[in-house]
Amino acid sequence: MESILNIFVKSIFVDNMIFAYFLGMCSYLAVSKNVKTSLGLGTAVTFVLFITVPVNYLLQNYVLKEGALQWLSPQLASLDLSYLSFILFIAVIAAITQIVEMAVEKFSPSLYSSLGIFLPLIAVNCSIMGASLFMQQRAFHNIGEATSYALGSGVGWLLAIVGLAAIREKMEYSNVPKPLRGLGITFITVGLMGIAFMCFSGLKI
Amino acid sequence: MSTLLSKKSRQVLLGPLSKNNPITIQVLGICSALAVTAKLEPALVMGISVTIIVAFSNIIVSLVRNTIPNRIRIIVQLVVVAALVTIVSEILKAFAYDVSVQLSVYVGLIITNCILMGRLEAFAMSNSPWESFLDGLGNGFGYAIILIIVSFFRELFGSGTLLGYNIIPQSFFNVGYMNNGLMMMPPMALILVACIIWVHRAKNKELQEK
Repeated sequence: MESILNIFVKSIFVDNMIFAYFLGMCSYLAVSKNVKTSLGLGTAVTFVLFITVPVNYLLQNYVLKEGALQWLSPQLASLDLSYLSFILFIAVIAAITQIVEMAVEKFSPSLYSSLGIFLPLIAVNCSIMGASLFMQQRAFHNIGEATSYALGSGVGWLLAIVGLAAIREKMEYSNVPKPLRGLGITFITVGLMGIAFMCFSGLKI
Repeated sequence: MSTLLSKKSRQVLLGPLSKNNPITIQVLGICSALAVTAKLEPALVMGISVTIIVAFSNIIVSLVRNTIPNRIRIIVQLVVVAALVTIVSEILKAFAYDVSVQLSVYVGLIITNCILMGRLEAFAMSNSPWESFLDGLGNGFGYAIILIIVSFFRELFGSGTLLGYNIIPQSFFNVGYMNNGLMMMPPMALILVACIIWVHRAKNKELQEK
């Protein structure tokens, strides 16, 4: 239980998807113009992460890992299918994103129209695929740890995008040097936020 | 050059190097661009890998573009890209194991690199294979250039080396010069890219926003 909580807190603050690994930057920069939309996208990303990482964890441990197919028959113990992991992970992610898109379209048309093109693009949001690959790399002990990692990463991403959106809303009124307007100053802001987040490093529960 | 490539092809190939750069103008593929730039060597490998994958996935998708049903095109594109990335990742593991360890998950993340999906959607779905190939090459190079500039400064000031060779002479350190540890931290990559954007847009006024 302790390790689950530890992983959760660490993945929000220390291993933050945006500030430590730059995952999901494209939609992070493009959608963070106002707080409401970014809150919607952050929630969608968290939700998709929360579903895809445990599914991919099961896939990794019962199908792909070396000797993982042993439960099927003892002859398969030496089989190592991990070279298939990219294709299978992305297929799972694309399928789940499709389902989430349909659900959002049905239950919240206003959120659907404000997220626009970025909802189907969650499938190619690096943070989703990245979380699955980190899950594979870190070899979590059980599905609880993997789930808490996914949830923590999602919440960290949500926190980062809402924070940036709030800053950008205020920045509309400030006088930025012309060549830096738009993209440039956003990069610098994210960099400074990243430096601020560095003070969490070493945090442990 | 002019006989080999028509004017449009040249525009397609060279545009992404500066005026239409995938990172600083189109804002595509920033995730991996920043993460692998702490050293020059992984950045070079990453730039080459992405260029190859963009060029070939552009060709393949452009060849099959008329047979893909519109509704499932994203999944088809993802599968094409994922297959190419798997090949590149296995080749890296076989011939450049150290670099592939340094790149860790970011090789796999080329699949979800926005440059790929962005170029496939915006260009390969509506253009001939040859032009798509040039577009892929151009965007790959545009991406690689930014990676190389950023990693050059980060490695030079962060650890005093380039490609692993010492550049800053020992006498500098004796006088009290110190490597800037902040350069190795992730946030500095963002700030360096911002500086590149700043210089780039100060020179090309038509690119400035608002």
